[in-house]
Order: sequence, then structure tokens, then C-alpha cells
Amino acid sequence: MTPLLQAHDLRRHFGGVQAVNGISVTVNAGEILGVIGPNGSGKSTLFNCLLGQIAPSGGQVLLDGRDVTGWRPCDLNRLGVSRTFQLLQVFPQLSVLENLILAGQEHVGSRIGRLFGPRDAGLTASAERMLARFRLQPLAHARAGGLSYGQQKLLDIAMAFMAGPRLVLLDEPAGGVNLTMLGGLRDLLRAMNEEQGATFVVIEHNMDFVMSLSHRVICIAEGRIIADGPPAEVREDARVIESYLGT
Amino acid sequence: MAHSSGRSLAASLLLIALASVLPMVLQPYGIYLLSLWAVYTIAAIGLNLTLGFAGQMSLAHAAFVGIGAYCTALLGAHGVPFPATLLAATLLAYGVGWCVGYPALRVQGHYLAFVTLAFTTLVFLVLRNEAWLTGGIAGISNIARPRLFATPTAYLRLCLAALLAVSLAVWWLLRSPWGRAFIALRENPIRAMSLGVDVRRYTLLAFAIGAALGGIAGAFYAPLVQYIEPSPFALGFSINLLMMVVIGGAGYFLGPFLGALIAVLLPEWLRFLHDVYLAFYALAVILLLLVCPTGLLGLSERLLAQRGGRPAERADA
Repeated sequence: MTPLLQAHDLRRHFGGVQAVNGISVTVNAGEILGVIGPNGSGKSTLFNCLLGQIAPSGGQVLLDGRDVTGWRPCDLNRLGVSRTFQLLQVFPQLSVLENLILAGQEHVGSRIGRLFGPRDAGLTASAERMLARFRLQPLAHARAGGLSYGQQKLLDIAMAFMAGPRLVLLDEPAGGVNLTMLGGLRDLLRAMNEEQGATFVVIEHNMDFVMSLSHRVICIAEGRIIADGPPAEVREDARVIESYLGT
Repeated sequence: MAHSSGRSLAASLLLIALASVLPMVLQPYGIYLLSLWAVYTIAAIGLNLTLGFAGQMSLAHAAFVGIGAYCTALLGAHGVPFPATLLAATLLAYGVGWCVGYPALRVQGHYLAFVTLAFTTLVFLVLRNEAWLTGGIAGISNIARPRLFATPTAYLRLCLAALLAVSLAVWWLLRSPWGRAFIALRENPIRAMSLGVDVRRYTLLAFAIGAALGGIAGAFYAPLVQYIEPSPFALGFSINLLMMVVIGGAGYFLGPFLGALIAVLLPEWLRFLHDVYLAFYALAVILLLLVCPTGLLGLSERLLAQRGGRPAERADA
């Protein structure tokens, strides 16, 4: 079966700094892939190259075997690829409900059809279901900018799921989230993976979170993959311990 | 979306209704000022869409109004009926606005301001120097009003009808998914793009629709003043329109209505100051912006929030 996402010899340099240095990785449908590594190792740059946020200097990105290297993020999103960012990225002036509707509206009908169609693009019901799933219903009409950090984080992640993506790339979803919320988030992601077959790539520094969530983990250091395997195996890898986890 | 709530629309409709009955108590000059307010408001609504809602800095709006005005005057001089000249002015400004939007795909903020400033200057120079087409500094005179709306009062009502139509159309647009996409473009284009919003297309649309509204304003301006020459469409008018949007409240549906009202009336109120009126005008604008940097509507919202014991927050109401 063709992997959902493949990167072949992906490279990206900034001047003399090789942020991503020949990374090849495969993500299969239904898999949760954890990505770990020290700060500045190239994890977020890898995400940005995979998602068209920045153009890779070299290499190839394939989605369902189709070359999508350098495609714009909005085009990739319409193919079912979604993401969250390391820093919070909600639309503070819009309500929570409208943030979710916005996250799904470009997948409904044509652009002209949306202009003359209903205000909510027919998405209120599915946005409310998403709110229920992420336990944000009481905040539906609150301005997103007025939410707590943790609530905004949940909204940010919920938005990534609004259009029913096949592949979601989550950049440090556990960052700044309290322990109670963290457990809920892990259960939620796992449930979405098991029930809907959603595929995740998760960058995370919280080892307990990423190791308990992922089916497979890769560790990146200095723009290269230094370990790739099941979580327990990667955790014990000498190179990973030396360059990232420490003793 | 509170920024284009039903209350904002109701308030704007009330203003238009009020303006339509005022001619009964106004002298001809007052009727002219009201017509000018309607025309400026249409242009400012266009700039508010581009700048206030979609977040694209533009100093090109005077040029779009100029393009609309000259298109109407030139076609009208060849006997083309007003509805056709209006349509032509709208489409021409839309097309030019779409092209002017391209630099916005590469530069933002101050840099985009400079690009659009250069465009306004370029259009001004074309209007001034290409006398074979535009009449140069002599301009175009005897611009006829539509026969059914030849009197000042009738023409005012036509301008108000146009303002009503533009208001309803823009209100609809802002409440549609397009309006949400424009706000996303303003607030966080990178995130918007990751959610499937075609930022490139919406940026061009924001410029083109804003420009088309400028073209409509120009199409009504030319028969109102019945004589046009290049200087009203120079950079100063772009800044004046920017001031209308900012003073009323950028990103507020009602903002351009109030901003244009102040821009039209304030110079008249200060006229008793004779030679120093411009200095006082500038001072009044500076004070206004110091007291309420988010415009009059931002100030009223802040005061309402304080009265209600809630922290003030920008609400695009």
C-alpha cells in the first residue's frame, strides 16, 4: 500500500545553516508518528517543508504517491492535510464557533457558492459537535482571544480537525497545557486515531505524552534522523540519549 | 460576527434615511455636502473593506475614485447613458484594483503603503499629462447628470440609493464566509492558509472589491461636481479617505459613515477660523486620534465596556 506521506532526501538550508539535512521519512495511514529532538534540530522546519509553508531547498514530498513538493498550504489542506503551530494560532477577534466554521468553510462548495450561501456555510452543527468533543461548548460564543491558554490550545487543535483531515501535523500540542487537560488531549487524539483512522505526526518535547501516544517515533538532531522505531526502542537508543534525552 | 451586526446595518440605514429627508430643510450647498458625504462614504466603505477588514494597507483609493470619475465623464461625453458608465467604471476599477493587489502578495504594511502610494501618483500623472484623453489640467467640464436626477435633490437621492445598495451588499459580503476569510487574512494569514483559505485569491479580491467601490464613488462624484480635473484624485485624497476610515473606526461596518461625515462637516464647522482653519482641522484630527486610536466606534465600545464593568476589547462592531 502506498504510504500516506513520504519525504525523500528533504533539505532546507538558511544561508550556511542546514536546518533539514536529507531527511527521508514515511508515514502510513492510521499511524501516529512522534517527532522528538533538541531545540533547533530542524523539527519545525521539517513540518514547514512538508506543508509548503517554506519551500525545501531539495528533496521531494509525496502525498498518496503524488508529488506535492512546494505546494501551497491551502492546496495541501484541501487534500486533507492539516496542522497546528508551535505558538497559538487562533483568530482572537472571532468567536470560538466562528473559528471552527472558518476552519471548515473553504472545504464547502465553491467560492461563489459560499458568498451567496448560508453565513455558516452549513457548518454550525459540525462545529458544535467539535466543541462537544473538545469540551468547549460553554465557550461557543466567547471571543477566542479571551480564552485561557489551555482553552485556546484546545481550540487550535479542534480547528485542525474541523475539515475532517486524513493527516494532521501537530507541533507541540502539549506545550503549556496543564496535566489534567493533557490526559484528556491524549485520549482525544487516540480516540480520533482509532475511531476515524486519522493519521498524526506529532512534534513534542513532553516525552511521556509523545511516547504513550505514538506508534513510532523518530528523533532528529542537526537536521538528520538519528533514530526511528517503536517508542521504547527510541527511548533506549544511545544516540538519542546522548544528543537529546540525557542520562 | 459582531463587526457587521444587524445593529450596525440598522444604524447605517437610519443615517441614510435621515439624509434623504434633510433636503427639505437644507439650502443647495447643504444638499451638495450631503451628496458628497454619500459619495465619500461609498469610497470609504471600499477602503474599509480592503484595509479595515482584510488588513491590506492601501493609499491607492484616490486613484480608484479618479478612474471611476474619469471613466464616467469620458463615456458620458460620448453619449453613453449613466447606468452603462457606472457599470464600466465599476468593472474598470475592479480590474485595476485586482492588478494593484498583486504587490500585496509580496509586501505588507509600510512597504505596501509605498507601493500603493506610487500607484496613486502614477494615475495622477497620467490624468494630468495625457491631455489627449483626460483633458490634462484643464480637466473635463459640463459632465451631465442622468436626466431623471438632474436637480440637486434628485441627485442626492440617487447617491443615497447607491449608498444604500452598497451598504446592503457589503453587509451581506461581510457576514458571508468571505467576510470571515477577510478577517482571517487580516489577523493571521499564515494560519488562514493552513486552514485552506486561499490567501492569495482573497487578497486580490479585497483589493478588487474595495477598488470597485472606489470606482462607483467616482462614477457618482463626476456628475455631482460636473467638472473634474486631476488634483482631487491626488495622494491627499487617499490620505483623506484613510483618515475617514481610521477616525470612524477601521474594521467597523459603521466606521466609514461617521468618518466621512466628519471629513465633510469638520472643515465647514471650522470655516469661521478663516486662514488658520487647516491648522485647527489638523489639531482636531490629532486630538481625536489621541483620544480614540481605534476611531469613534472603538471609543464608544470602550466606554460601553467600562460602564458594563468589563475590560475593553476591540470588537469590530
